[in-house]
Amino acid sequence: MKSPPFEYARAASIEEACELLSQHGDAAKVIAGGQSLVPMLAFRLLRPSWLIDINEIVALKFVALDTDAVRMGACTRQCVVARDDALAARVPLLRQALAYVGHTQTRNRGTIGGSLVHADPSAELPLVAQILGAQLVLRAKSGTRTLPASAFFAGPMMTNVHADECLEEIHWPVWREHKTGSAFTEISRRHGDFAIAAAAAQIAVNDDGHCTRVTFGVGGGAPTPIAFPELAQSLVGQRMDQAKARAVAHEAAAALEPDSDIHASAAYRRHLAGVLVTRVLQQAYAAARAVQ
Amino acid sequence: MSEWLYPIAIEVNGTQHASHVTARTSLVDWLREHLHLTGTHIGCEHGICGACSVMLDGEPVRSCLMYAVQADGHRITTVEGLQRPDGSLSVLQDSFCETHGLQCGYCTPGMLIAAQALLNTNPRPTEAEIRNAIGGNLCRCTGYQQIVDAIALAARRMAEGAT
Repeated sequence: MKSPPFEYARAASIEEACELLSQHGDAAKVIAGGQSLVPMLAFRLLRPSWLIDINEIVALKFVALDTDAVRMGACTRQCVVARDDALAARVPLLRQALAYVGHTQTRNRGTIGGSLVHADPSAELPLVAQILGAQLVLRAKSGTRTLPASAFFAGPMMTNVHADECLEEIHWPVWREHKTGSAFTEISRRHGDFAIAAAAAQIAVNDDGHCTRVTFGVGGGAPTPIAFPELAQSLVGQRMDQAKARAVAHEAAAALEPDSDIHASAAYRRHLAGVLVTRVLQQAYAAARAVQ
Repeated sequence: MSEWLYPIAIEVNGTQHASHVTARTSLVDWLREHLHLTGTHIGCEHGICGACSVMLDGEPVRSCLMYAVQADGHRITTVEGLQRPDGSLSVLQDSFCETHGLQCGYCTPGMLIAAQALLNTNPRPTEAEIRNAIGGNLCRCTGYQQIVDAIALAARRMAEGAT
């Protein structure tokens, strides 16, 4: 339960972190909050030769509220994001999801970027990134590139981040529609545990109560968090009710590829995903309608 | 294999400590084995139980989930730092005694850190806020109720002027 030996470098800037990554490549891991990485080292699931610490890079800790997106540095702490009222007014799913992420002590240290790069298929923030279509800015010594969430997540604990790249910024789209509502829910054995299944939705409505924009998705039901853009589109122009939510949720659940493990069978996970999607669609719709 | 040693300087409970550590030395191992501050307990050693909670720059974190080298230049408060200057129990610690907020005592240092951090920022917490603040700390003895009672009692005593 002790970490294997490694060498440590505290990067003072993103440029220095990228320089170290270009030198060490696959042999190095970036450490941000460490709330998942340190247990993986302690369990000897990973044996990096180098840990490159980005915790002291001030430029990676910021939240900027632009008109169409909230931009944040990859090393922004989860607790900072959860506390930010102005951010919660623009991207409410972040605060809603963070309520399920670990505990006070882990959110004080854990980072937004770390959760995304860790890419646990049942984790909350990757699901939010997937359904909102977050943009992830990756930095290497040679330059930067931006990936949408759909191209960022590659599988369980796998991303398309290259060995010499470091996540620098995350851009969360802000919906400009006035009447927008969102919801996040999950089932886990204890609060703060990994979700057996999770679901999230965001819906905009017009004054007549017809959906004008819908997105939703499921965590824990496939190798990556998964969004359902075609099914979401089928709800546009409609008023939500329980039957419609249930029908769409049923189709979504049928498309999942959940695993069986000691906590839940694949059949149970699929059933649960259907129930949770039904709930978040109705909750997000109700929240959108309640906007004055 | 010999490992590289890294110089660190960390303020612990108001005192500066300089030392050399291997990169993989966890903060809790450094506190216990180098400073002999054995009040901070190691439970699960992978971030589940909360027994090792300390304050990092005033905020509660798990000291098994960071390396001592990462705390270089930062300020740590352990359970030993909660006592009054004369060595007697703090209001919160005394409240744990009063309500039987501990039995075996293994989780208690982590509970005290989590609770003190709550009271530092929220002197009059609701029961739900108390339960949320200690939600990352496991206790297998008390069933939690007396711990919640202890934190609520400490908040009342402090509101009445106890220090």
